[in-house]
Amino acid sequence: MNATNRTPGASIDIRKASKRYGKFVALRDLDLSIRPGEFMTLLGPSGSGKTTTLNLIAGFTEVSSGSLEIGGKSVLGLPSHKRNIGVVFQHYALFPHMSVGRNVAYPLTLRGIGRAERDGKVRHALEMVKMADFAHRYPNELSGGQQQRVALARALVFDPPLLLMDEPLGALDKKLREWLQLEIKRIHRELGTTFVYVTHDQEEALVLSDRIAVFNGGQVEQIGNGRELYDHPATLFVGRFIGESTVLRGKADIVGGDTVVSIAGTKIVASGKISGHAAPVILLRPERAVLHRPGTGVVDGENRLSGIVEEAIYVGSGSKYDIRLKDGTTAVVRSPLGAPEFAIGDTAEIAFRPGDVTLLADDASADITLT
Amino acid sequence: MQLSSRIFLGLFCLLVAILLLAPTLVVIPMSFNSNKSLAFPPAGFSWQWYDNFFTNPEWLLSLRNSFLIATVVAILATTLGTLAAFGVTRAAARTGGLLRAILITPMVVPGVVLAIGIYAVYLDTGLVGTVAGFVFAHTMLAIPFVLIAVSASLEVFDRRLETAAASLGAGKLTVFRTVTLPLILPGVLSGALFAFITSFDEIIVALFITSPYLKTLPVQIYSSITRDADPTVAAVGTLLFLATSFIIVAGLLIGMRRGRT
Repeated sequence: MNATNRTPGASIDIRKASKRYGKFVALRDLDLSIRPGEFMTLLGPSGSGKTTTLNLIAGFTEVSSGSLEIGGKSVLGLPSHKRNIGVVFQHYALFPHMSVGRNVAYPLTLRGIGRAERDGKVRHALEMVKMADFAHRYPNELSGGQQQRVALARALVFDPPLLLMDEPLGALDKKLREWLQLEIKRIHRELGTTFVYVTHDQEEALVLSDRIAVFNGGQVEQIGNGRELYDHPATLFVGRFIGESTVLRGKADIVGGDTVVSIAGTKIVASGKISGHAAPVILLRPERAVLHRPGTGVVDGENRLSGIVEEAIYVGSGSKYDIRLKDGTTAVVRSPLGAPEFAIGDTAEIAFRPGDVTLLADDASADITLT
Repeated sequence: MQLSSRIFLGLFCLLVAILLLAPTLVVIPMSFNSNKSLAFPPAGFSWQWYDNFFTNPEWLLSLRNSFLIATVVAILATTLGTLAAFGVTRAAARTGGLLRAILITPMVVPGVVLAIGIYAVYLDTGLVGTVAGFVFAHTMLAIPFVLIAVSASLEVFDRRLETAAASLGAGKLTVFRTVTLPLILPGVLSGALFAFITSFDEIIVALFITSPYLKTLPVQIYSSITRDADPTVAAVGTLLFLATSFIIVAGLLIGMRRGRT
């Protein structure tokens, strides 16, 4: 915990890991590398394999096949109590028969650390999570947020090189969650420990992480920082899971080096083309499009799609519109303050440049998993 | 609720309470009888039967036997029953249900039937009239009570705490000692109490496997009352009633204090 004897973060290397429960495949051939000291978030819908991956790292379950190394050493077959990894659970898991102080001292007592050193470390860990005044309280006297901070102190007090967190803020209300996210981020910066964080909340992932691994169907679809995932999603699933988006589908042709998709009779040009045989779809981010009144502000080479404003919401930094296109698709557009404003029922034209959209291979499963 | 029906309900409860308490309330005055008879209502007042109990070696020996046997039974049955409760609650649902049904049979099967079986086996193995014989038989009878009490605690125990303890560096035994056992302790203790009492006041099997050299307190009471209607049994009964009431009230008070913190 002190700057002097801080344990450096551990790396994690998972290769070709699979986990089967009977016929159900929770993970298939997972490859995942986490760098020392990194804040890595495993993001995905429920059942996508992110918690299974965390449990494998923690040693709560074993892989069916594949390899798992922590800090360059294989930990296959090593029981969880010998892995020296801190774990924070969604349900806090504080021992109800021990005071806060004894809860935090528990891992130190197990490691045979003497009383004086133990007391110092416990106090330090509780100060780090701003719970030093609560050492004599019992868990049932604390709020959810306070309990989770104690759990965090308990998981870090023995200076593990790796901290795992399984939806730790899932049971807390929004304000508290946002504040604790910043606290967790600060603690990560202070310690340099490797953090692996599981969540299904993409906003939380964007706030916290150095990199995010997006899980779907027991595999990692893409790993990258928030900007990479948002601006350059590798799959339609990632594009739809991270942030808001509009997916435009239609009959596609390759013209020159570009892809032309016809949507409700309008030809839309997107730069580039996709490899493979799947049908291409266009992914449009809400900030990349500009709304115009019909026939105004036309710029050569820009795409134009006409629709009816179905919903208009003032969001402070601007407005958010749902535009219903002729083919029934609802497009989401965010306009900054000062842009022309539209009312529900108005006809609007969505304008965007061919280079501002992402072409992706169509994947029907991306829609199903998101509902 | 109508006043009349409330009065009726109150009277009815009182009647049931009297019915339940009557045998006990008959015993207490009889223990102070000054005549050597078990007549009710008693005549006069004297402490002589209490005096007799504490000076007669026959009574004291049987009390000592019962204490010894019940203590060993409480330890054995609590250990075995707790382990069984772990097995039952953590096995697959169907296996667990089947195991539980088998383990609870000593509670369901009529005592006499068990007694015959035990007696037949003990005759061959020379266990009749031995402390070991009593301990085995009573342990078998007591295990179901421990099983029920401990599995009730285990069912509300949050197993995720064990996972958390393991992640903090605790091996399986340490997890049990530092986390699981302290949290299911109320169940284990009440199981132990039940086991002790099951053995301490067991009479049916005891009558079959007793011998003139090894009598438990219930056997002594029974033979004393059938032989010479000795009012000492009323004194013993009163003492037992007070002792058990004390234990149960103490248990309730401890439970209430735990509940508050």
